[in-house]
Amino acid sequence: MDADKTAWEQRSVARVVSPVEPRKLAKVPFVELADGRLQGVVSSGSDIERVYVSSITAGTHALSCSTNNNRPCGALHGYACKHIRMLADEAVVQYGLDRVARYLRVEVPEGGHLMHVITGHVERTPAAVVFSRFLRHLAYLEVPDSTEPLAELHWFPATGAVR
Amino acid sequence: MLDVQLSELLGDAPAGVGEALDLVAGFDGALTHGLARIGEEPAAALAALAGALAGSPIGERVAEAVEKVTAGSVADEHLAALAGARAALFGAVHDALLTRLDTALGRTRAPWPPASNPAGDSADGPATADGSAGGSSNEAAGGGAGVPDNLLAGCRVWLRELAIVGWRGVDHDLVSAADQTIEALLAVPELRGLAVLLDGLAAELRASSPVATMDRLPARRWADLWTRAMLLSQHGPWHAGGPGAERAAGAGGPGGAELVSGRLLILGADVHEHATVVRVQIHAVLEPAGGGPARLVRASMAAAKVDTIVGPTVWKLLRDQPVLLSALAQHRSVEITDMRLLPGGDLVWENHRARAAEESDPFATARVQLAAATPPPVTPLDRHPVRIAEPVLVEGYKCDGQSVDLGGNKLPLDLDRLPSCGPLTPALLKASTACIGLVRWDGGQWSLQPLAVQASVKKQPVAAHNGDWALGPTDPKVAKAEAKNGDVVAVLRERAGRLLRK
Repeated sequence: MDADKTAWEQRSVARVVSPVEPRKLAKVPFVELADGRLQGVVSSGSDIERVYVSSITAGTHALSCSTNNNRPCGALHGYACKHIRMLADEAVVQYGLDRVARYLRVEVPEGGHLMHVITGHVERTPAAVVFSRFLRHLAYLEVPDSTEPLAELHWFPATGAVR
Repeated sequence: MLDVQLSELLGDAPAGVGEALDLVAGFDGALTHGLARIGEEPAAALAALAGALAGSPIGERVAEAVEKVTAGSVADEHLAALAGARAALFGAVHDALLTRLDTALGRTRAPWPPASNPAGDSADGPATADGSAGGSSNEAAGGGAGVPDNLLAGCRVWLRELAIVGWRGVDHDLVSAADQTIEALLAVPELRGLAVLLDGLAAELRASSPVATMDRLPARRWADLWTRAMLLSQHGPWHAGGPGAERAAGAGGPGGAELVSGRLLILGADVHEHATVVRVQIHAVLEPAGGGPARLVRASMAAAKVDTIVGPTVWKLLRDQPVLLSALAQHRSVEITDMRLLPGGDLVWENHRARAAEESDPFATARVQLAAATPPPVTPLDRHPVRIAEPVLVEGYKCDGQSVDLGGNKLPLDLDRLPSCGPLTPALLKASTACIGLVRWDGGQWSLQPLAVQASVKKQPVAAHNGDWALGPTDPKVAKAEAKNGDVVAVLRERAGRLLRK
């Protein structure tokens, strides 16, 4: 084991971040495990201009949901609204249940559902930070292509053909 | 590649490689714990580094940097000198390994063109010990005029903080401190390499934060990335490229580019990716128009992306390069006219200077033309073993699924490098009879990264290439799985269009 560890530590190319699984993005375009929260953006079902910023805090499992303009979600009182449930479902697709549960520090029984064991209270967190991270995420799609050699990318091979 | 060639490649490591890597490991240990308070062991490691570089052109600078840093004074110029020292060691290791590979394969590499830049210093010469000009001022003339000072300074500030606290001291706040700089870097074409490098490093540090709780950390890898970023954060001729660069006028354009025309015969596609970038690098044989020896060249196309765009969907981001995509998917050669070719063997691709031509089987190219094609010299700053990626054809081997066996010599297959955007699988490799791949070196050993295979499946011959799905997956199961998720690129572009410009 120690020899393996040393060998891994002395590689230039080593996998540090696992790639995420593909999923539908139509309803929940953005999910991340960051800032000590499972957080993301859920598109409104009724208003194409509106999005909800939803989150579950690691450890305390506090729930938050509001529009990007900081209006509290009307459906969040006492238990998770559908935005938070959709966020949780998509996070499980994207990262796998193990990784999400580990990040939130929660035990999900074999065959169980993540939201069945999330029993946090409501605690509003500001939407602005997550929303601006979402905008930054979207801005990548507007960065121009490049045909330069970019030798740096030899440190970042595409991986993951597990079929 | 023949069994005698493989046997020669796998012989004892070239002299001095082990010693050089020990020095690197010592430096990496110092960077792990941080330069704020240097203990006895890191101090000895840094002193050994300075000792090893003493006879080189940067010897004095490195010695001074080690002295100051050990005494607790960590200035930009000292960190640049340390990065230069580490890069010089890897440059030497790279040269020894590549010479071994070229000798084994019987390939004669073209020489690096002599410096034509009157201001060109160490970065333009093939014989210098390193690619770093050192120093943090604007002294290195000849390129990068359009690169904003404040951006490079911003990078150096962050890299300095990382060096001071060490990997063990990295937390979320320190990682987030780089966000704005990276965003600004992405907007400057000349700094794209630095941008994707720092973005990749920051993502790994973010996912690992707080790093102090990790039971093992990728010390070599992160120090590699830190070193490369530190060098690219200095002003120098390495920023001369970019689409804004003037086109070469005869000899000696920006970065010493020449204009080439001829027929390009594709060997295979190497795919690079992290959460926010995908890049396809094509290895090919160029038959110059008007005769002349065939040359090994590369062509690259990169696009920014987000983590949820994965698998075969990444090809949709490269639609601005229809000629290359169709050449990959349909196994065609490409006619190019007046395309810029950088001295390191990289074509700077422009779609309108290319035209897809007749069908051409990469295995035929590999069998008939690969061995005689002249490989390009290596750009001085890029001399690091990680970039060794020499295309070879291997056939007549036994394969146990983990390595290819040529006359008793085993070359491990790099199965981690089979991209999810292509059809190659470990099972296909195991059933393979011939393979076009890249010879690579990492962690002290050689390996073969497959780009294409010919295999026998249910007694039928099949062939699969990394670029086969460039115009969409040809495997109905894969196409169906992709369709199930809808058009994720279109969904995100719609959201961007609606939300970004408010």
